Formats: sequence, C-alpha cells, structure tokens
Amino acid sequence: MSEKFDPSAFLSKIIGQPVIVKLSSGLEFHGDLQSIDGFMNVVLEDTKEYNKGKLTKTYADAFIRGNNVMYISQA
Amino acid sequence: MSGIAAPNEPLDMIRLSLDEKVYVKLRGAREMVGKLHGYDSHCNVVLGDAVETIYEVDDTTLETKVSTLCGCSKKQTRTNKLQTTTKKSDMLFIRGDSVILISTVSE
Repeated sequence: MSEKFDPSAFLSKIIGQPVIVKLSSGLEFHGDLQSIDGFMNVVLEDTKEYNKGKLTKTYADAFIRGNNVMYISQA
Repeated sequence: MSGIAAPNEPLDMIRLSLDEKVYVKLRGAREMVGKLHGYDSHCNVVLGDAVETIYEVDDTTLETKVSTLCGCSKKQTRTNKLQTTTKKSDMLFIRGDSVILISTVSE
C-alpha cells in the first residue's frame, strides 16, 4: 500500500478500464468505465446488464444515475 | 467540486444524445423510449413521442372449469405470467429521481 488510497483517486485511476457496477436493486453492469463524477453518475461503454447472474441486455453507451450505485469494482 | 470530475463528465454523454432516440430505465420495472428533447443535472428528462413499457407479474388466480366424471368442478390455478403494458405520449417529463439508466438506441 505505497500509493495514497482515497476513494476518488481509485475511481479516476480505473477510468478506461473494465469495471463492474452493482446497483442496490441487485442489477449488475459490466463495461468499460468512460467517465464518472462526484455524484457517482457513471458512463459505461460496451455494457452488459446482468440480472441474477443472467445476461439481460446490452448497451453501447450507458449512463447510470449515481444514486442507484452500490459499488464499482475493477473487473 | 470533487477532484474526480474528469474533463469528460457523465452528463456529457446525455448532452450528445439530445435529439436522438434514447432508452430510459426507470424504477418500478418501467422503461421509456423516446426522442430526448431536454435534460438537467438531476436527470429530469423531457421525451417526445415517448413509449412507456411497464412490466408486472400477473398473479391473479384463474378459475377454470374442469370437467370430471362427476360433473363440473372449478380449478384454481395461479399464473405468474409476465405482463407488459405500453403507454404512448407525445411529450413527457420524467422526474430525475426515478431514473436508473439512460442509453441511446439505434433505430
């Protein structure tokens, strides 16, 4: 743990990388993190939506409103 | 503002979708497709030629008549069919707090 570890530094570090965004409803989105802001609004590219582990939908670009986000994980 | 706001902000993606056909996923198993006329930082959205789809599980009990040897009896079955309802509107305002996801759709 040599680097400074504050949450927003982590988030800006993983821009452009594949991530998993889980919503509090349980829905999961797998895609490349294009951008994120202070509300945790997120834009993902080449997004796959999973509901209970099953692929349910795909999006080219998806904007997710921050209040729905439970976590953002490096895939 | 916080330090993680990149030069490229998430709301820019919505700005680039203005006047395009968008898909909006909403709370309560609803979704909306329409032309994006306007939006703001709360994700309040104005859609034109909007089509709303509502998904609900139809759990009404059905009574079906079953003929048996001793005549006719009623049988109750529970159906858990997924029912969809669609509503159309020329122009529609969506309050931002019910928005989950916004994406462009190819026509």
